[in-house]
Amino acid sequence: MPLSANLRGKVGMWCLIIAESAIFSIFVVAYLYYAGKSLSGPTPAQVLDVPYLTSICLFSSSLTILLAEKALHRGNVKRFGFFWFLTIALGVIFLIGTGREWYRLIYKDGLTISTNLFGTTFYSLVGLHAFHVTVGLIGLTIIWLLTLFGAVKQEHSERINVFAMYWHFVDAIWVVVLSVVYFITR
Amino acid sequence: MFDAQPMSRPMVTTPERESSRPLVQVLHDWMVTVDHKRLGLMYFSYGILFLVIGGVEASIMRAQLAVANNHLVSPEVFNRLFTMHGTTMIFFAAMPIVFGFANYLVPLMIGARDMAFPRLNAWGFWMSALGGIILYFSFIGGFGLYGAGSAPDVGWFAYAPLTSPAFSVGHSTDYWIVGILVSGFGSIATALNVMTTILCLRCPGMKLNRMPLFVWMNTVMAALVLVAIGPLTAAQLMLLIDRYLGGHFFDTQAGGSAVIWMHFFWIFGHPEVYILVLPAFAIVSEVIPVFSRKPIFGYSIMVAATVSIGFISLGVWAHHMFTVGMTSYANAFFVASTAAIAVPTGIKIFNWVGTMWGGKIIYKVAMLFCVAFLCQFLIAGLTGIMLASAPFDWQLGNSYFVVAHFHYVILGGIVMAVFAGTYYWYPKVVGKMMNETLGKWHFWLFVIGFHLTFDFMHVPGLLGMPRRIYTYEASRGWEVWNLIVSIGVIFQAVGVLIWAANVIWSYYKGEIAGNDPWDAWTLEWHTTSPPPDYNYAEIPVIRSRRPLWDLKHPEDPDWKYE
Amino acid sequence: MAICLGIFVVVFSLIVYAAVKYRKRPTDDNHEPPQIYGSNQVELAWTVIPILIVVVLFLAAARVIHAVEDAQFPANAIEVTAIGHQFWWEFQYPGYGFVTANELHVPVSDAAHPTPTHIILLSADTDHSFWVPQLAGKIDLIPNRRNEMWIDPHDVGHYVGQCAQYCGTQHAKMLLNVMVDSPEDFEKWTQQQKTPAVMSQQVVTGRKVFETNACMNCHTISGTTANGKFGPDLTHLMSRSTIASGAAPNTQQNLLLWVKEPDAIKPGCLMPAMQLDEQDTNAVVAYLMSLN
Repeated sequence: MPLSANLRGKVGMWCLIIAESAIFSIFVVAYLYYAGKSLSGPTPAQVLDVPYLTSICLFSSSLTILLAEKALHRGNVKRFGFFWFLTIALGVIFLIGTGREWYRLIYKDGLTISTNLFGTTFYSLVGLHAFHVTVGLIGLTIIWLLTLFGAVKQEHSERINVFAMYWHFVDAIWVVVLSVVYFITR
Repeated sequence: MFDAQPMSRPMVTTPERESSRPLVQVLHDWMVTVDHKRLGLMYFSYGILFLVIGGVEASIMRAQLAVANNHLVSPEVFNRLFTMHGTTMIFFAAMPIVFGFANYLVPLMIGARDMAFPRLNAWGFWMSALGGIILYFSFIGGFGLYGAGSAPDVGWFAYAPLTSPAFSVGHSTDYWIVGILVSGFGSIATALNVMTTILCLRCPGMKLNRMPLFVWMNTVMAALVLVAIGPLTAAQLMLLIDRYLGGHFFDTQAGGSAVIWMHFFWIFGHPEVYILVLPAFAIVSEVIPVFSRKPIFGYSIMVAATVSIGFISLGVWAHHMFTVGMTSYANAFFVASTAAIAVPTGIKIFNWVGTMWGGKIIYKVAMLFCVAFLCQFLIAGLTGIMLASAPFDWQLGNSYFVVAHFHYVILGGIVMAVFAGTYYWYPKVVGKMMNETLGKWHFWLFVIGFHLTFDFMHVPGLLGMPRRIYTYEASRGWEVWNLIVSIGVIFQAVGVLIWAANVIWSYYKGEIAGNDPWDAWTLEWHTTSPPPDYNYAEIPVIRSRRPLWDLKHPEDPDWKYE
Repeated sequence: MAICLGIFVVVFSLIVYAAVKYRKRPTDDNHEPPQIYGSNQVELAWTVIPILIVVVLFLAAARVIHAVEDAQFPANAIEVTAIGHQFWWEFQYPGYGFVTANELHVPVSDAAHPTPTHIILLSADTDHSFWVPQLAGKIDLIPNRRNEMWIDPHDVGHYVGQCAQYCGTQHAKMLLNVMVDSPEDFEKWTQQQKTPAVMSQQVVTGRKVFETNACMNCHTISGTTANGKFGPDLTHLMSRSTIASGAAPNTQQNLLLWVKEPDAIKPGCLMPAMQLDEQDTNAVVAYLMSLN
């Protein structure tokens, strides 16, 4: 029997996740392929530090959004709003951390997107991820504002779950990027 | 869920009633529509428009190449023509036509009222349309107007480093990148929609193994779009980074690789051609059974073959790169995977013939195009097998043999299936039959022209003529073949004009079709022609693959045998 | 190819047979034909047979791939480095110590005592492809990548080919002329190519024009101050039968036109019009024509 029509949000979001994963995979492949092949300039080992704090924040935000989802499912809109806000805050900390890392890399270490192959592939991959985090944060913020105005209710729980899938996806991508950039090839 | 349409929601009516409303209102309704049938027609019309434009580009090229040392167009213009021709045909003709068919027919065939995400559907169409407009803006934009710098001339697969800022000055390449990038988002949206619709909105009783093959093949097509467009998007973003942010993805001076562009492009490019051909298989799989008066031979095997084609197609891409100097192991692997894909494809051809076998074939124009499809696709597949062998490809890759091969697939296969589909479903969409006599003229002229052009095109390839050259010396011995090839274009053009005339004439003067003019068996024939806005007053409940056969033959229904 | 032809004949006949025999005849009643849904045995048969054919094709191809790509070269193979440019070919003979352009000479080989030519393929700018159909398959020349191929011609003669990977405006006129010479002719040719340029007193004016204009920045003429690498080496220009990589025959008239207005012969090529006056043009062409 067909999947019920209620599931179309989730199925649609899975389709989007597949398509986005295809895009990210290519950037990861390029990163791996060019690892160690730069002709000059700073190497990952010289300039990269593992971003422990920001990564923990981002991973925790998946937990907070899950708690938010569960709260809304049970009808507790206040608790939902609290954890939702926490998710945004953790996401923002992640972005600020990334921004600070980039500031240091550009102005202190002299690594830009045009410096060498490492620079190009690093900023592209991490940047593409950060872009997706930003888009997610915009969506999260809009929903949070709607919550403040009382527009989000228990009956919207399914839709919130679909949106949260996107956020979990962004997190999963960070698992891959973190491993590839900061551990495997550094 | 709020209604996206304004208060005066027009019904899809017979032509007479439409013309009494003011034109502005009619146009407005089409612009804001989220109805899958209208969007399907818009996709289709958009595709046909660009098919004609691409055809004009091809005709100019063939006129230039008809004789040696010709000076009809300069090399700069010729190079822009072949780039635009390829890009237009793949992205702005074939894909919209494919999406048009899917959009219109999938919900009807699964007994649904619309696609899963009607507004996303509209967004996808307008993004695709915008992409085409951006690309074609490059033709009219001169150096002054926002620096368009004229149309791109890097070939439709835009190999690096020809596309780097050093070799591709100005903005022409950027129009190629952005036009396709934008339409790519539209394609992903449509594929997402098709996939979700098929998985979630089938009517009760329609298990996956009771869906029409048309729906199955579009499912696999949608899956391929989701997986394959991403690599192209990624590669194009990388190219933009190279061109504008000083990146080095494909910058060979900085240690970058030109070959990696090829890998990324063809990881998209090969599945792309399956994205185009599976919907053609879909059409043929519906038309042949109806006109043979038998069910499709081997439904389950056809599904299995389609799915395996989908998977294998993701692993054959480097057969476009046999001349790049990969290791013998890599080359051998891709020979194997490419040859492997011939097996499920061949199975399908056999199954179509098996459907015809023992039938009572009615030769309406739609069926004529299907038989031509079978013969031509067979030949195309065999030249493909020849090219799959790397040593053969070392000689004939990048030559007119390859050009002949892929046009054989696209024109001899896909376009002919599309024509079959128009003759078959026009009555459902418009409510009138197309004229069979004009149809037969179209068929014969087009087939003769097609064979004149593309059969003989193999010969210059075998004689050493590479592709993408704006002229050639008389001493190479290619001239007479090129002339024949060019003459065939005239027949095809006339054939297509007759088809277009038929489409228009039949709209006004065609015989009324009724719900089911072909005595067919899938759900779309159960509703009116054209269908009402809501498709079905009551969602059907089905028990077999051919619900209308069951209705018409209650003494011998299909569900007894499935 | 024979296998494909065989498959075509079989399947095509089946299609035509089915299409013709199973037509609905006007005398037919309106009953539907037997509604057959499929047949597992038939499906199995037409799955297994193609798989076998595919395996055979693959093995045949793999064998040839290995033979070509993983070939070992005898010690007396001639080494040539081909460098692709927009829109001409540079050929270096490291073993002999000279550089030439556009026309490739190789010695004829024979099965008993093979003297193949091993060609290393590089590119100075964008992608190209070396294709002389009668001698070998094509291999691409890709910047930042070293490819290689070998040819083993058994017949003396003049073989024509051209660039087979779109490389820009004048891709169409990046022709290849390969001369397969007898061993004696090859020896003579290499000896000639090794000598520095002819320094004829009669064309001193022309040589001065060449050396004092931008010509020397792009072209090399060994033994003079001209040592540019951007354009073809002209040291032995008159030993070639064509100019502009095959775009026109090597005659005085064409040389004059080429120097005055390259776009007339090869529109969009990278040689600029030199803006020389009539006298200088004639002088420099006279000089060029002395470069045997």
